[in-house]
Amino acid sequence: MTMEIMEGSIAVAETVRLCRPQVISAYPITPQTHIVEGLASIVADGRLDAEYICVESEFSALSACIGASAAGSRVYSATTSQGLALMTEVVFNAAGMRLPIVMGIANRAISAPLSIWNDQQDSIMMRDSGWIQLYAEDNQEAIDMHILAYKVCEDHNILLPAFVCFDGFILSHVFEPIDIPSQELVDKFVGPFTPYQKLDVNDPISFGMYATPEYYLEFRYEHDQAVKRAAEAIKKYGKEFGEIFGRDYSELVVGYKLEDADIAIVAMGSICGTVKDAIDEMRAEGKKVGLLNLRCFRPFPSTDVAKALAHVNTIAVLDKNVSLGAKGAVAIEIKEACYGSNIPVYDYILGLGGRDVRKKDIKKIVDLAEKGEGDMFYGLREEVL
Amino acid sequence: MALGIGCTARPGNSRNNKTGSWRVFYPTMDTEKCTKCGTCQLICPEGCINQNSDKTYSIDLDFCKGCGMCAEECPDKAKAITMKMEEK
Amino acid sequence: MVDRTIENFDCGHRACGGCGASSAVRMILKGAGKNVIVVNATGCLEVFSTPYPETAWKTPWIHSLFENSSAVASGIEASLKKQGRLEKEKVLVFGGDGATVDIGTQCISGAFERGHDFTYVCYDNEAYMNTGIQRSGSTPYDADTTTSPAGVCSTGNKLPKKDFPQIIVAHGSPYVATATMAYPMDLMKKVETAMKTKGPCYIQVHTPCCTGWGYDGAKTMEIGRMAVECGLWVNYEIIDGKLTTVKKVKRVPVDDYLMAQKRFRHLFKPVRNDAEIAKIQAIADKNAEKYGIDIE
Repeated sequence: MTMEIMEGSIAVAETVRLCRPQVISAYPITPQTHIVEGLASIVADGRLDAEYICVESEFSALSACIGASAAGSRVYSATTSQGLALMTEVVFNAAGMRLPIVMGIANRAISAPLSIWNDQQDSIMMRDSGWIQLYAEDNQEAIDMHILAYKVCEDHNILLPAFVCFDGFILSHVFEPIDIPSQELVDKFVGPFTPYQKLDVNDPISFGMYATPEYYLEFRYEHDQAVKRAAEAIKKYGKEFGEIFGRDYSELVVGYKLEDADIAIVAMGSICGTVKDAIDEMRAEGKKVGLLNLRCFRPFPSTDVAKALAHVNTIAVLDKNVSLGAKGAVAIEIKEACYGSNIPVYDYILGLGGRDVRKKDIKKIVDLAEKGEGDMFYGLREEVL
Repeated sequence: MALGIGCTARPGNSRNNKTGSWRVFYPTMDTEKCTKCGTCQLICPEGCINQNSDKTYSIDLDFCKGCGMCAEECPDKAKAITMKMEEK
Repeated sequence: MVDRTIENFDCGHRACGGCGASSAVRMILKGAGKNVIVVNATGCLEVFSTPYPETAWKTPWIHSLFENSSAVASGIEASLKKQGRLEKEKVLVFGGDGATVDIGTQCISGAFERGHDFTYVCYDNEAYMNTGIQRSGSTPYDADTTTSPAGVCSTGNKLPKKDFPQIIVAHGSPYVATATMAYPMDLMKKVETAMKTKGPCYIQVHTPCCTGWGYDGAKTMEIGRMAVECGLWVNYEIIDGKLTTVKKVKRVPVDDYLMAQKRFRHLFKPVRNDAEIAKIQAIADKNAEKYGIDIE
């Protein structure tokens, strides 16, 4: 293993190269741009033999991926925020067509107001689209999850697209030491693309027909079943990944000092690093706090969550998103997972639009949870309200 | 039958839908008058007009919707196709 | 040479009896040859040919969305190119006029600018027929549709038909043509030419719609011919930006063409609207002058 210091986006681009996509189609948008720039120069330099389609919008980026994937090519795209919102119709369509497209999401807030900074509202708004959603804590996870995603998505028992989500700027623009795996190992793990079916004049199929009320419900059921099956596939291939690359991804939820914790913090993405540091300090002060890091939001690992949190007496959920008029999307899922346990679940909407979240904030949230205060926007600047 | 993943199907299945039941008028072909020009076969929106071994044409009434385009376009010198009312 | 024995569009589809689009598609697929992958925008054609599992298509076919067919085709072309399949297999898009001149314009512009090797066929029935005859950018002046209804204060569609082929010409397409299913040989030959031309090619095909336009389905070919004969539809080819062929006619007044269709009936009943008919005649006259279609 050789560790290199590089920017998250460039690490993602270099890793995508190792996965050997045959068609790449993407459109620039902050903070994802460095990925598509990186891939464009990789192709321009002949380091990856792929067709790079310079499309006129994100809508076309993913549409072109649909065409290329259906014609039998491994594909890649990346986007964020408004780009993902513009893609919405195609996002749902790609999933329903059961095409194993992998797309990187450099998570960013949604307009209005316009914000280029990080939260997770963009991928969360796609939670019902039938894509797998993985969330990386750091850049090593971001690249590992790309490799893992291809393996899971292309399994003929799954056949789904996947988002690999990593926080915009906080990860995408940060230089960290990172282990870019060898081509040999990635080839060994991912293998060549063997489409389940493809557009081919030698064996014609009609792809993407419409379903009458006699069939639509069943198509949706089978899609749902596939997303649910993906949980086991991620675990299986995550374990295999660990055996080959030395980093294990066999768990959809990962605990940190959670075994003996009284208070559990539940979070997704890069914030987990801050939470871990805060937990170390709180533990030193004698507070039994632990973390449950959700690596996978779709399929939602309800059973795993319930099991991991069964012993705690308070749950504090950190949501970098909000379902306006309700709660944060993660908290809603956690409440559902813990239903019947009588463990109080407190939701904290925080970090929206790039608002910094620090160790002291995590500690304050724990204090609030202990007092039974939650279900709130945390860190509001009262002076501007 | 398992569903075709991605809402896919193989060719041939539309033939399960016998559109001939839609018909109000049906075409009759006078093969004596037919000049074998093939216009009817070419323009039929259903593609249900087939060439016989003697180069004349026959109309597959399983699928013919009775639109009458073939009768209308059959050249004046032939006028080999006549539309008649279905008796139901 | 067009292989007229090719039958890639099967019986049993659910088009209206006398459907111009369905007839045109059969012809176009003959012109397109054996090794064609079809991308189909949402619309009449897609819906009447593919209720799961009853597909009418005997060649590979894909439908994704209403407005993204050109982008999907771009991806297919790139994939075929990468796989070394593009020499043998060709990509053909079918979009209705709404999918083409309205909602799909951005994707089309992108794909034509990028220069993918594919052919885009717009089957132009001059309104959103699948949703029940609403006005599109391709609806002709004064046509009565459900969103441009004729009434006491309205003579139907207020805007002229968008000249979409010229927009494609402006993209530098090597082959742009117009055709009508009423002239099958011309249509098939143009499709064959487009498919053999490298780069993004465009054909707009006039496909009369008996349901939407209001005439007896048996008359679909005749209505198509009448449009050409009065100069409201012009058949031409533009190769590398230059007008190379034009269908010339002994032009007749627009009246008969308009009178044959319910969508223009308000121009004649209860009384003949001379002023509006004159405006439509002026459109035909302008076409005639622009393309030089009149046989002297």
